[in-house]
Amino acid sequence: MIIYVARRLAQALLVVFAMTLIVFLGVNVIGSPVDILISPDCNQACYQASLKALGLDLPLHQQYLVFLKNAVTGDLGKSFAIGVPALPLIVERMPATLELALSAMFLAIVIGIPLGMWAGLKPDSVAGKTIMGGSILGFSLPTFWVGLMLIMVFAVYLGVLPSTGRGETVQVFGVRLSILTLDGLAHLILPAVNLALYKISLVIRLTRAGVRETITQDYVKFARARGLKARRVILVHVLKNIMIPVVTVVGLELGNVIAFSVVSETIFSWPGMGKLLIDSLRLLDRPVVVAYLMITVLMFVVINLIVDVLYTALDPRIRLQGAAI
Amino acid sequence: MTDIANPPAASVDETPFRRFVADFCESRVAIAGLVGFIAVLLVAVFAPLISPTDPYDLMQVDVLDSRQPPGAKRYTDGMVYWLGTDGQGRDMLSGIFYGLRTSLFVGAMSGFAAMLIGMTVGLLAAYFGGRTDTVIMRLVDLQLSFPTVLVALMLLAALGQGVGKIIIALIVVQWAYYARTIRGTALVERRKEYMEAARGLALGHPSLLFRHLLPNCLPPLIVVGTVQVAHAIALEATLSFLGLGLPPTEPSLGLLIANGFDYLLSGRYWISFYPGVALLITIVCINLVGDQVRDVLNPRLRR
Repeated sequence: MIIYVARRLAQALLVVFAMTLIVFLGVNVIGSPVDILISPDCNQACYQASLKALGLDLPLHQQYLVFLKNAVTGDLGKSFAIGVPALPLIVERMPATLELALSAMFLAIVIGIPLGMWAGLKPDSVAGKTIMGGSILGFSLPTFWVGLMLIMVFAVYLGVLPSTGRGETVQVFGVRLSILTLDGLAHLILPAVNLALYKISLVIRLTRAGVRETITQDYVKFARARGLKARRVILVHVLKNIMIPVVTVVGLELGNVIAFSVVSETIFSWPGMGKLLIDSLRLLDRPVVVAYLMITVLMFVVINLIVDVLYTALDPRIRLQGAAI
Repeated sequence: MTDIANPPAASVDETPFRRFVADFCESRVAIAGLVGFIAVLLVAVFAPLISPTDPYDLMQVDVLDSRQPPGAKRYTDGMVYWLGTDGQGRDMLSGIFYGLRTSLFVGAMSGFAAMLIGMTVGLLAAYFGGRTDTVIMRLVDLQLSFPTVLVALMLLAALGQGVGKIIIALIVVQWAYYARTIRGTALVERRKEYMEAARGLALGHPSLLFRHLLPNCLPPLIVVGTVQVAHAIALEATLSFLGLGLPPTEPSLGLLIANGFDYLLSGRYWISFYPGVALLITIVCINLVGDQVRDVLNPRLRR
């Protein structure tokens, strides 16, 4: 087990290292940021000076070594555009993104599971078929377009919900949250629903498949035969057993939601990490782009590592299979 | 094939393809999806012929016609803009036709190339096994553990904009799905008797791989293919919407929608709304066809 974890850890480190190389080289191939940042009446000397100030006069491999050395100490460079360190800039935006992502996941669960159970218990009813048809639509609707339509309907025509920003926030343990104020909540609804839509469809399908499989099992039949109320059979015997795959998938999807929040954040001007990335890409603000990509890669490597190790601890078959190779 | 040689027996002809067609036609929704998809395809292919105007010919565009609502008439000769015009006075209907062309081209090209690469790699992994298999599948697992949007964003941040570049990015995010799918099938197929017989004939690796193993692994690949093409079209639109996909000179549906974003808040909904509807119809049709193909090709559901 320890050997397995150690090997897995080494693999993860290798991935992170490879990613630093790919991201750094890749991002440094895009056009020179100096052309955008300097004033138009800048002469050759001033041009060279700004190159030097940004460390862009060194050959590429030296730039990479400097970057790597700094990255290990947690310094991912300064933003070209604002001149502040890139890492804190992103970390500062992280709560907004996490708040949005977790709200979307919460919506996916509280809406998806009941609808999925209904569709699973009554697959041939009109409601069941409508729910399943709706979930196909949810899979097909492009997220960004739905976001625009939500703004159009709720912000422009009905004028009931705001379409941009986070609204009023409160500080909780030094972290700003919008979910705790009424104004903030109103700002959160549209982006969260937008981000949740795809996941709701996913949870509906998973839950329905789970229910369909579970209700034919012997222990459910036996519970019915014991004369338990239908409500108790469904809520205790069925629900408990379908929660295992649903929770696994929802947990794994969290990373996906964080990555996809780039889209919702851009549409609703939600000041999270994803919007920062898109803005930085447009400004060719390399250090921020590199820092964002490094942080997300690190986050995913850690999530995957934890999931793999947990699975191995729970299921010896995987461990043995890994040892055989 | 020889319908004339044995006419009575031919009426019972159960070729796999005919059975597939018959099974497919059982679902009316799927037929509607297929018809819709073919219509979208025809529109995309013949866009230059059926568009009322050429939206990218600056001679035909007049700023006086900009931001006209659907049904408005052209300032000069009274031609009707059925879906309105955008901020530069271009006809939305023509823009959508041309946009569909770009979107479908990018989706199909990247899907096809990713299928070829994934197919070859997955087949090699299953056929040779051992170390080859381990290395390839580790790579596949690694790729699939990152969300597609993140990988695509990363690549486009590195590569920059352009049709070729977005196709490369979409190939990179898709190949692993094909590789994983075909490996799973091929692992089962390669142990079957026909493979043993072919090996007994001392055929070379290429012949065994591509003439005997590959054709029997195709059905699941087709299913993944339909879903992936829909996914690729949606992803391309998303990236173009974020301003990272196609350049403004070759607008896809995503870029048309992005252009309309600025006008949305002033109530000019049509610039974003109609390209989105076109995108939605395309994706829904492909998904409906894909769903039915999956059911028909699934041996567990065979009656």
